[in-house]
Amino acid sequence: MSKGRFGVHGGQYIPETLMNAMHELEEAYVKYKDDAEFNRELTEMLNEYAGRPSRLYLAKRMTEDLGGAKIYLKREDLNHTGSHKINNVIGQMLLAKRMGKTRVIAETGAGQHGVATATVAAMMGMECEIYMGREDTVRQALNVYRMKLLGAKVHPVDAGTATLKDAVSETFREWTSRIEDTHYVLGSVMGPYPFPQMVRDFQAVISREIKAQLMEKEGRLPDVVLACVGGGSNAMGAFYHFIEEKDVRLIGCEAAGRGIDTFETAATINTGKLGIFHGMKSYFCQDEYGQIAPVYSISAGLDYPGIGPEHAYLHDIGRAEYVAVTDDEAVAAFEYLSRIEGIIPAIESAHAVAHAMKLAKTMDKNQIMVINISGRGDKDCAAIARYRGEDINE
Amino acid sequence: MSNIRKAFENGKAFIPFITCGDPSLAVTEQIVYAMEEAGADMIELGIPFSDPTAEGPVIQAANIRALGGAETVTTDKIFEMVKKLRTKVNIPMAFMTYANVVFSYGAERFISTCKEIGIDGLILPDIPYEEKDEFDAVCKANNVDLISLIAPTSHDRIRMIANDASGFVYCVSSLGVTGTRTEITTDIGEMISHVKAVKDIPCAVGFGISNPEQAKKMAQHADGVIVGSAIVKIIAKYGKDAVPYVSEYVRSMKAALS
Repeated sequence: MSKGRFGVHGGQYIPETLMNAMHELEEAYVKYKDDAEFNRELTEMLNEYAGRPSRLYLAKRMTEDLGGAKIYLKREDLNHTGSHKINNVIGQMLLAKRMGKTRVIAETGAGQHGVATATVAAMMGMECEIYMGREDTVRQALNVYRMKLLGAKVHPVDAGTATLKDAVSETFREWTSRIEDTHYVLGSVMGPYPFPQMVRDFQAVISREIKAQLMEKEGRLPDVVLACVGGGSNAMGAFYHFIEEKDVRLIGCEAAGRGIDTFETAATINTGKLGIFHGMKSYFCQDEYGQIAPVYSISAGLDYPGIGPEHAYLHDIGRAEYVAVTDDEAVAAFEYLSRIEGIIPAIESAHAVAHAMKLAKTMDKNQIMVINISGRGDKDCAAIARYRGEDINE
Repeated sequence: MSNIRKAFENGKAFIPFITCGDPSLAVTEQIVYAMEEAGADMIELGIPFSDPTAEGPVIQAANIRALGGAETVTTDKIFEMVKKLRTKVNIPMAFMTYANVVFSYGAERFISTCKEIGIDGLILPDIPYEEKDEFDAVCKANNVDLISLIAPTSHDRIRMIANDASGFVYCVSSLGVTGTRTEITTDIGEMISHVKAVKDIPCAVGFGISNPEQAKKMAQHADGVIVGSAIVKIIAKYGKDAVPYVSEYVRSMKAALS
């Protein structure tokens, strides 16, 4: 079995053309991940540029309203660029710079990862090109404009379903054609080794902070941590430092779209099966012949037919639970959190809020729940308005 | 010794690629007969995949045409077609597809069926050396060659890859994905000499080759030339009437290699 496995999941299923680049990346990652100077620079940028540590906010009205567990919100939405994506981008860009790369490319779904990459590229003076499904450039027009404003070139992808999976395929294709000076800033805990491990390590700052912040506020660990899951980077970040704490329930919230009993869904753990795609062995939505399914979710960021290999493993061993949340439930949660706490979550994060709303009620008042609010929802307002039958100009 | 060696016994080999089911399995069948008749030394049959990450726009479009056509092209239907082809076709045939197509069917079931229906080799562009054991062990047990690829970025990896290679070594001529190119700048001769220093195995060059001049140039160093996109373009243009045009093209390419 090759390197970088989580049980049977993971591996390096990529064209030969990229293998030396993958080894080069692995070497750099292994060399710098525990390097004092690298980590000093990383922490400084996370704090001074991205605005970390992000707040762990006690949602008092929500807690009272639901009448169960005490609810804390991990405010990744308050990071610079509006989501958790920047944690990983800063890490990979510092690594890319040390590897002598001058150009970065990235895929994006909702546009959050693309914006974060374009932002840090601007700050570091690196050339940046973003691949985004044509469908998503329409759904997230504002983010396309932001990326261009930041100096990035945005390539709409027409292949396949013109969404996130096609953007990932296209970025891999682009990488095989220009490797020497280019690093692919993969945005989630997926793809070939070392990406799932590396992205997790850069996102693990989320659970490290939750743990310390909750210790300070409550003197104990949470009973449950919830996060939305597409590829799974914010969830992996929020779970990581709790994996060994067996009493902490970890719940990943997948996008069920119009329901897991329909074809219009993106809930991989709930509807997928084991496969090999985008560089990894993991669970994928696919048909009986292994053709990747055209998945659907209202959320462009969760609209992906696979899931990171470490999540697949946590599911296999029963360490984390993966539940499916429909469009309807997510939109209701989007509106609920806006009204009750004055926080507009990303539609992605609203999937976690939706499940939390069901679960909190069933828990005791002395129990603690943490919901990772992975991003802010400004980008989604026009789409949610449309969903509710209201046409507004962005 | 596998049947694939036979492809390299008739001078420099010409190896055309087509996507099964583009535009229909019936036409694919006719194209295969015509290509053998026109001098092809081996045929690479693509099993379409929804997300062909190693392909450029031309073959991506062929995959979409095959999967989205009037008939639903499946792995089982392609196996049926090959079984029928094998009663008339004498040259070696190899499948080119993606790991998930084989994995989801079950590697054992897929590869033993290959043996049964007369497929000699399997090319999986998303299976590098490090991941090949899972498929190669089954291939070896069934006398099907899992074809190894080397790329312009392989450098120090060539020795390791060549050492374990069987059938032939697929030399990727250029960076990037499949598709015709006006110029190929890689030093193919050097790549091939590294392979030959380790193992006496045929080397065929693919990616980017479209015309007789390029084929001739590549064959100065290589034992064979693989052409995909240029043929798929002809099929895209003429559809069900493509057979004579593909035949004429294959004839001209084989002539350039002779």
